Amino acid sequence: MAWTRKILRVDLTAGTCVGEPLDMEWAGRYLGQRGLASKYLTEEVDPRVDPLSPGNRLIFATGPLTGTAAATSGRWSVVTKGALTGAIACSNSGGYFGAELKLAGWDMVIFEGRAPRPVYLLIEDERAELLDAGALWGQSVWDTEEAIRARHQDPQLRVASIGRAGEGGVLYAAVVNDLHRAAGRSGVGAVMGSKNLKAVAVRGTVGVSVEDMPRFLDAVERAKQVLAEHPVTGQGLPTYGTNVLMNVINESGALPTRNASAVRFEGAGKISGEAMCEKRPTDGKANLVTNQACFGCTIACGRISRIDRGHFSVSTKPEYWRASGGLEYECAWALGAATGVEDLEALTYCNFLCNEQGMDPISLGSTVAAAMELYEQGAITDEVTGGLELRFGSAEALTRATELVASGEGFGVELGLGSRRLCEKHGRPELSMTVKGQEFPAYDPRGIQSMGLTYATSNRGACHVRGYAVAAEVFGIPVKTDPLVAEGKAGLVKAFQDLTAAVDSCGLCLFTTFAWTAEHIAEQLDAACEGSWTAEQLGEVGERIWNLERRFNLAAGFTAKDDTLPRRLLADPAPAGPAEGKVSLLEQMLPEYYALRGWTADGVPTDETVRRLGL
Amino acid sequence: MQRSLRIDSERCTGCLQCELACSLEKEGLFNPSRSRIKVFHFHDDARCVPYTCTQCADAWCAAACPVEAITLNAATGAREVDANTCVGCKVCTIACPFGAINYDRASGKAIKCDLCAGNPACVRACPTGALSFVDANWTGYDRMRRWADRADAPRVEA
Repeated sequence: MAWTRKILRVDLTAGTCVGEPLDMEWAGRYLGQRGLASKYLTEEVDPRVDPLSPGNRLIFATGPLTGTAAATSGRWSVVTKGALTGAIACSNSGGYFGAELKLAGWDMVIFEGRAPRPVYLLIEDERAELLDAGALWGQSVWDTEEAIRARHQDPQLRVASIGRAGEGGVLYAAVVNDLHRAAGRSGVGAVMGSKNLKAVAVRGTVGVSVEDMPRFLDAVERAKQVLAEHPVTGQGLPTYGTNVLMNVINESGALPTRNASAVRFEGAGKISGEAMCEKRPTDGKANLVTNQACFGCTIACGRISRIDRGHFSVSTKPEYWRASGGLEYECAWALGAATGVEDLEALTYCNFLCNEQGMDPISLGSTVAAAMELYEQGAITDEVTGGLELRFGSAEALTRATELVASGEGFGVELGLGSRRLCEKHGRPELSMTVKGQEFPAYDPRGIQSMGLTYATSNRGACHVRGYAVAAEVFGIPVKTDPLVAEGKAGLVKAFQDLTAAVDSCGLCLFTTFAWTAEHIAEQLDAACEGSWTAEQLGEVGERIWNLERRFNLAAGFTAKDDTLPRRLLADPAPAGPAEGKVSLLEQMLPEYYALRGWTADGVPTDETVRRLGL
Repeated sequence: MQRSLRIDSERCTGCLQCELACSLEKEGLFNPSRSRIKVFHFHDDARCVPYTCTQCADAWCAAACPVEAITLNAATGAREVDANTCVGCKVCTIACPFGAINYDRASGKAIKCDLCAGNPACVRACPTGALSFVDANWTGYDRMRRWADRADAPRVEA
């Protein structure tokens, strides 16, 4: 019940697919999805393994609530050792694929080894087989989905695949499902590519049940009502999507601009969620066509956009005139504010390319931004860029750079390795806006102090969805905190990190927590699953997962020295806005955070902490 | 009052809560593959369109059924398949011009929307109002009202 209790183990080297029972003792302690898959990964993978070697494993995981009628039950995760970071990676996605995998009767799929030649996995309920993907290799995500459905004469197959980026070693390659939903970060698509695994196609007709159906439906109904009535989940997100944040964060003086050399972007209004809804002067149509939902989601924040046909990026490419997945806030920021580009159509085109070829727009945009600063400072020249004039604000440079990464040509190969490797190679490591090798997202830690601590301690490298303390600092959810001070942030960050780890392990979307408390989630989980689940237990499971991930990273060679931020954020004061004159107060917050976590001054979980959490 | 299922696809977000609810009502678990209502994605056009049986007054499926397993529920207006009578011959699935009645391999019977005895689960589950259950004689009411508003707009402005 809730769990299918079945794992599909795919040995790509041997070409075998074998079912095995889920470890229910582990499920009781790690729930599912992020937590449970991380438990399997840490038990089965040497932390020091090369992420792109056959020794790494790749896990597609659902949660106990995935596939049920709970709101936002379409979530699933890809867990592996990240190609971009070398740290444990868990990238979440929505769409329909994850629910379909669960409805086919599987909690997770574990891929091990490396296929001798390109393959894809076809799952039809209990039947699973590896098939030749020779003809698919080199094709985009979009063409791959269509080709697989056509080959099997089944338009109802759901597909997760990699595009050219994952095949070609782009270290921030994503796994994309349902055309434009992505397990985007940390290079999980590069790991998939290294295994010669092109795609997973699934059709599920087994269904999912829960332990106590009447009580579950009751809890689900109440929780849906809470989402509908909350201004963020009931109005803001469906109307403007996550990009409703663009103007808000810009006003807060926390919008990292031109590779974080500024904290406010003069073009923010032109690339905001509101701008996406306005009619373009060129063709009288809005960039945004409609909002759409993922499986089971009653929020429906997803953006479906159409690019202006006359725009330079697509005027001769009708294949991009169709509607497809539009800009989320992080993508609009990374492709736009970070590069200084205020051309909404150009950003949408780059976003389409990221979906089409499977790339993380956050890392891509931030890497292009770093390259622009290197170029403007003379650290790289036309010789290195192949004549590409990488100037801040140039939409032409941004779109061309994105095309080069997608196709693996010219300077795109270097850009595909991420900003840390790029900046190190050209002698300016301090210009890389990364933590543990991963580009940080759209919140400047000088203007929102908790985010500095969040980025520095995130187990998958800099990230906003390992603990979205912005909710408290900017929106006052659950309580308003002062974003400009360090006091109290260690506890705030820890609380967000732990609850998020639990939410990510349920099969639910983090966005529900704008409206839901841990109690709302626990009620649904308790009715759906065997055993009893309370809000306290969710916190405990989350803390256990956080420490499990941390211990994997320590064993992989990371130390407290890696819990830091780019020098710019620690040394250069914010030049304007409410945070003017401030730097990140990480050094003040970090020791307190270690102590609260029950870690030594070197950031290592103490024996007592390990015992307490049963690790 | 007899009611009809009304579909306003412009409001559909593609969340599939209707399919989840239908499968729960009819099969006792969450299994969209056995839902009687289906949401179609026309991705390139940014449209999600729910579709199910329209309960024809002169029903091709019922006319074609050799064992008269498909009958009219006079109270709800729904054409219902009597599973005890249905022999699973699939002729109804050929006769229906809309594809809205299908053979169910698990039960060996034809399955279709029966309006849940006058209280459709899909309508209750729809979060956006894309599905509603309205006066069978006035399925065009909302659309008419909208056009009435538009037609009258110039005079109001003047």
